[in-house]
Amino acid sequence: MHQFEIRRLIPLELFGFDASFTNSALFMAIAAAVITLAALFAMRNGSLIPGRMQSVVELSYQFVANMVRDNVGTEGMKYFPFIFTLFVFVLTLNMLGMVPYSFTVTSHIAVTFALAAFIFIGVTLIGFWKHGAGFLKFFVPSGVPFVMLPLLVVIEVISYLTRPVSLSVRLFANMMAGHTMLKVFGSFVVALGLLGGWAALAFMVAFTGLELLVAFLQAYVFAILTCIYLNDALHMH
Amino acid sequence: MPQLNPLDWAPQLIWLAITFGILYVLMLKIALPRIGSVIEKRAAKIAGDLGAAEKAKRDTEEALAGYEQALAEAKQKAHAIIEEGRAKLKAETDAERAKLEQELAAKSAEAAARIEKATEAAMKDINSVATDAAADIVRQLIGVAPSKADLEKAVTAARKA
Repeated sequence: MHQFEIRRLIPLELFGFDASFTNSALFMAIAAAVITLAALFAMRNGSLIPGRMQSVVELSYQFVANMVRDNVGTEGMKYFPFIFTLFVFVLTLNMLGMVPYSFTVTSHIAVTFALAAFIFIGVTLIGFWKHGAGFLKFFVPSGVPFVMLPLLVVIEVISYLTRPVSLSVRLFANMMAGHTMLKVFGSFVVALGLLGGWAALAFMVAFTGLELLVAFLQAYVFAILTCIYLNDALHMH
Repeated sequence: MPQLNPLDWAPQLIWLAITFGILYVLMLKIALPRIGSVIEKRAAKIAGDLGAAEKAKRDTEEALAGYEQALAEAKQKAHAIIEEGRAKLKAETDAERAKLEQELAAKSAEAAARIEKATEAAMKDINSVATDAAADIVRQLIGVAPSKADLEKAVTAARKA
């Protein structure tokens, strides 16, 4: 579990809170810098016929734009910058975590839960701001016998309240499990040596490929679930 | 699990807010407008080019239609000119032929008259030659020259027979 440890690189204190610049903060800053520099470098010419870098940046832009448009509709495009930032930030953090000796920010429940809670609160506020108290009807399923309603409303509310938990745990658990697995098999390679280490090594190579896929997929799932929650708030199903 | 150490949460959350906030502003204000404008520019350019191509195609079709119409008109005109020329030529030829025929008829009539005249003259000559010859023959035979009136009567009677 050494790879998940938080180390304080620059101890800091802010208003009585521990605001130390940690290895986690370092990788968040690296991610932000990498994203910004990559986008600016790729778009430096803004040519009509894109090069490789520009294609990648434009593709991710349109990927997220289509995701928002398909799942939320055109009025959701107001939140496109947020979803885009969320997607590329989580994706970059996941991918940076695949680099050996780096730190995976998203393998910490505190970070993923903070993101999920922010999204949950924001989406709920948007729902109430848009529909007023009518947003409460979201918890009342239509076409259900009256006697069933109390039970179903409770279920709906609970399922709504678990959204931030499932959203954050999904990302955190995937990232942590993958890295732990790699670590375990890495120790197998050392322990089995020349005799059987190659088998564990081969598994690690394949599993690293899978982990790259998971890193992308979890960022995608995080973003698309945000879109779906936003759609619920804006359109109530 | 280091993830469950509450002492580590505050620095992570504070820096998450800082980095995510900065990244969001950078994306919102700089990166996304730039990417969006390039994509829009390209879409506009493609749409413009397609429109221009469409217009060029329409122009071509119009020009082609105009050309075809002009061609048809020209053909019709050429046809009319040819018809007119042919009719004119035919009229001229007919007039010429009529004139020629008239001339030829006149000439042939004249020739026929001349032949008639020549025949008549020849006939007259023959009469005189025959009379002379008959006078000579008679004088040789009987030694007496017959009168000219008798001879002429006899010759005329003989030729008629």
